[in-house]
Amino acid sequence: MTTDGNSWNPTRRRLLQAGAVLGTAQLASPFVQLARAADVVRIGMDNPLTGTYAALGKNEQTGAQMAVDQINAKGGILGRKVELLIEDSTSGDAGVAVQKARKLIDRDQVNFIIGNVNSALAQAIANVANEKRVFHVVPGGHTDSVTGKNCHWSTFRVCNTTQTEANAVASALVKKAGKKWYYLTPDYAFGHTLQAGLEAAGKKLGVTKVGGALTPLGTTDFSSYLIKAQAANPDVIIFLQAGDDAVNALKQAVQFGLNKRFHLAGAQQELEVLEGLPPEARVGTWVFEWYWNQPNVPHVADFVAETRKRTGGHVPTARHYFGHTAIWTCALAAQKANSLDAVKMARAMQGFELPPEIALMPDGAFYRAGQNQMIGDLYVGHAQSKGASDPEDLFVVDQVVDGKKVSPTLAETMCHQDWPKA
Amino acid sequence: MKFDLRQNALNIVIWVLLITMPAWMNAIGGYTQLGTQVVIMGLAAMALNFLLGHTGVLSFGHAAYFGLGAYGVGMTIRYLDASTPLGLLVGVLAGAVAAALIGPLIVRRRGVYFAMVTIAFGQVFYFIAVRWNTVTGGDDGLTNWHRQNIDLGLFKINIMDSAIHFYYFALVIFALAVGLMASILHSPFGRTLIAIRENERRTRFIGINVNFHIWMSWLVSCTFMALAGALFALQNNFVDPHSLYWTQSGIFVIMCVLGGMRSFWGPLVGAAIYVVLQDYLSSLVSDYWQFFIGLVFVAVVLFFPRGVMGMLRRRAVE
Amino acid sequence: MTQLILFNVANGLIIGAFYALMAIGLSLIMSLSDVINFAHGGFLTVGAYLAYTLAPYVGFWGGLVLAPIFTAIIGLIVEKFLISRVYGRDPLYSLLLTFGLAFMFEDGSRFIWGAQSVPYQVPGWLMQPLSLNYFFLTGYRMFMVALVAIAVGGLFWIMSKTRLGLRIRAGTLDLETVSVLGVNVRILRNLNFGIGIYLAGLAGVLAAGQLGLQPTIGGSVLMPSFVAIIIGGLGSLTGTLLGGLLIGVASGMTAVFWPPASEAVIYVMMALVLLVRPQGLLGEEGRF
Repeated sequence: MTTDGNSWNPTRRRLLQAGAVLGTAQLASPFVQLARAADVVRIGMDNPLTGTYAALGKNEQTGAQMAVDQINAKGGILGRKVELLIEDSTSGDAGVAVQKARKLIDRDQVNFIIGNVNSALAQAIANVANEKRVFHVVPGGHTDSVTGKNCHWSTFRVCNTTQTEANAVASALVKKAGKKWYYLTPDYAFGHTLQAGLEAAGKKLGVTKVGGALTPLGTTDFSSYLIKAQAANPDVIIFLQAGDDAVNALKQAVQFGLNKRFHLAGAQQELEVLEGLPPEARVGTWVFEWYWNQPNVPHVADFVAETRKRTGGHVPTARHYFGHTAIWTCALAAQKANSLDAVKMARAMQGFELPPEIALMPDGAFYRAGQNQMIGDLYVGHAQSKGASDPEDLFVVDQVVDGKKVSPTLAETMCHQDWPKA
Repeated sequence: MKFDLRQNALNIVIWVLLITMPAWMNAIGGYTQLGTQVVIMGLAAMALNFLLGHTGVLSFGHAAYFGLGAYGVGMTIRYLDASTPLGLLVGVLAGAVAAALIGPLIVRRRGVYFAMVTIAFGQVFYFIAVRWNTVTGGDDGLTNWHRQNIDLGLFKINIMDSAIHFYYFALVIFALAVGLMASILHSPFGRTLIAIRENERRTRFIGINVNFHIWMSWLVSCTFMALAGALFALQNNFVDPHSLYWTQSGIFVIMCVLGGMRSFWGPLVGAAIYVVLQDYLSSLVSDYWQFFIGLVFVAVVLFFPRGVMGMLRRRAVE
Repeated sequence: MTQLILFNVANGLIIGAFYALMAIGLSLIMSLSDVINFAHGGFLTVGAYLAYTLAPYVGFWGGLVLAPIFTAIIGLIVEKFLISRVYGRDPLYSLLLTFGLAFMFEDGSRFIWGAQSVPYQVPGWLMQPLSLNYFFLTGYRMFMVALVAIAVGGLFWIMSKTRLGLRIRAGTLDLETVSVLGVNVRILRNLNFGIGIYLAGLAGVLAAGQLGLQPTIGGSVLMPSFVAIIIGGLGSLTGTLLGGLLIGVASGMTAVFWPPASEAVIYVMMALVLLVRPQGLLGEEGRF
């Protein structure tokens, strides 16, 4: 061990260099996860926060955070504190969603994964979660296959299938609007299956399809589609767009005065969209999956009041509800299974009835065994331009439809779950 | 001689880091997938830089060829034959054929105009991928396929389930591609490209067909881009149209600039920085990470136009 | 069927007029400063949101006047402190700079005004269709076309009759000579950028009236505007106007007859133009 006197000569310059290196290391340190505390339960949320679905994703996140705080206040999951990790999946880039899911599972070792608003991304995440055996909840991506053809034992879903939504609203549409339908359908999984659902439901009621157009996700100008739609002379133009696309489509349709010549309606509608529309464009017959103004259902008022505290006074939308329910589903699954093992939790949730303070629906809600699909109530009604009691009361519920009566049967969903051999 | 040593030292450092990456990636808070992502994006950026940095032609539409490679491999495995090598081959060919056909239409353009034309052609492929639902899966992406293990007779490479195996699989392809690109650059053809970059007019005056050379450089660049895209699809077991969108092209360009366009390894360094930064930012500020990515773009342009390698080299010269 | 075609031609012209408004601003900046402004859509978004924010105080009309001016002022500042620093450098840098700015504008808008669409209201009488048969000719859309015509007319007037316009046109052809002749090129480019951004801001206010107002509103019109410029010919304002109208009609018609190709068609048109007449329909030979 002979040291050359000159080799260790910490000049000022070198010290500065070392300092710079250390500084960089420190900057990187949040990236380095030093403590993987075993006393924490992690829930990863892989949902859109940028792009077309940013508003919906953000609301689901607010609802989820509220549920996490509630659970922690009650002592956490199996006595362990719950931590919510958020990743932006983007609104349409499934590659990113998949990458983020793998990151949450591989690096952050989450116990649960939540996502996605976009149906296509929800399915992509479901496939990853199943491959990695992670308990997965889809809060608000509606396409049928997630709990149908491509269902997994590991994936649960809060929001309805498009077929259920279509069944719930079809008879109201026929009654209010007529039997000649024209479809304006967003060109991706959600739109395709929602249209297929309506066509199937409509056929039983003697509806004829007089035409349809597929609009790309993110379309801003719908004028040429609307010109084509009116030329087909339908009784009702069915708008199946969601999010910003729905705002663009309806706003233009009303500007063109099409609401005076035809019935403008659709299946799924959301408070976010109605609020983004100018008052005169808040028209049509729709189905909501959850609505905040349910004076006769216990616990709903508490949920609304608690959400208002977090949103600067805004009422919860169905998206807040989805996020909230998704997180509680994880907590209830762990509690019932008394374990964080994904297979045990998934088994425990078969046919599980949600407690009323989580379900927040007049007929309650449960996860159907063999499909992992939550079945609750649906709210068929019409949009109104201004709320009487509250500026955000933009929807009038005409009829609460029990999901049990309009859901396709388990056989019809074509869901077949491959459970791992224990 | 001393310069050579330095050059080799750099090569050795980079290869050692790449080969040992799975060993230390997790320890510093990364994950193997992230390392694979760096290698694949690094290959893409180096492929783009063949045209951008070494020929001096600005393409802002390279994502299209990245995407063609991705769809090529995905559609082959899904519809034709469940074979990873065949898929890779089809993906690379798809990119190469498209580039060969489009090349003559655009090689006469220069500067911003070339950039615009490449964007526009790229968008055609993007819209085909988005709207040709029945074949490409449209906006939902191409699913229901999975990369297949590679059977080498004596032994199997288990890239299906093992992230580490797939990392080394990608790294081997990366090494072959990068070696090939380096030898092309060192050939007389490569020297001519650099001459075009340095002074196009003079090169033309000594009787060299500049447009033809740019076409060939474009072809080489796009072909390796398609290879990177194919690997990217294999990594995710998934392809979607966003990998063809023009903003993705811009991201490849920023990788080159960030690392240093005039350096052979610069784009790899840039890709590594970008991939890690994006991964980090999107967890830290998940709502507004794009804002900070944009800020990085602006900062690079204003303060680090030579990129990391350019700065290092300049310091070394001083 | 004839009616459907006629309707779509007319409708396409309306949409095309809107593209042209964006494209002309882009083209001005590109010709004089050699900068492709990827942030143009971002400025449109800012203009739209400014009009929305100002509306409660100054009403729709006040917003229509003020929002584009404020947007232009932001544009002047961005040009002075950021864009001007990449002039004369490889075009790559201006591309990346404006590309980064585009990201910042979108996320910045979302940060300030929220992710959810906001309802922007236009005076009720403007919103009515002129007649039941020609329902797509709403008062607002006619008003929009008229404004585009006025803006483009005004711009042509500036370009041909004022000293500023003369200098811009001369600078487009030969910046060095103009500079030698004693024109302050820096100010010239700054003002020119401001004019381009004013048009983007105006397009934003107009778009907000008929589309949903959300942070992504600007992104979707950027690419069609580029195509309009290439088809029309860079450096020719008339060509750009023509290019905008052409792609509006083409995409409208394709949406009726072959919907899946309605976006790709404009890029295919562009490829054809490049093959047959590389300088664009009204572009000058040899400039690029």
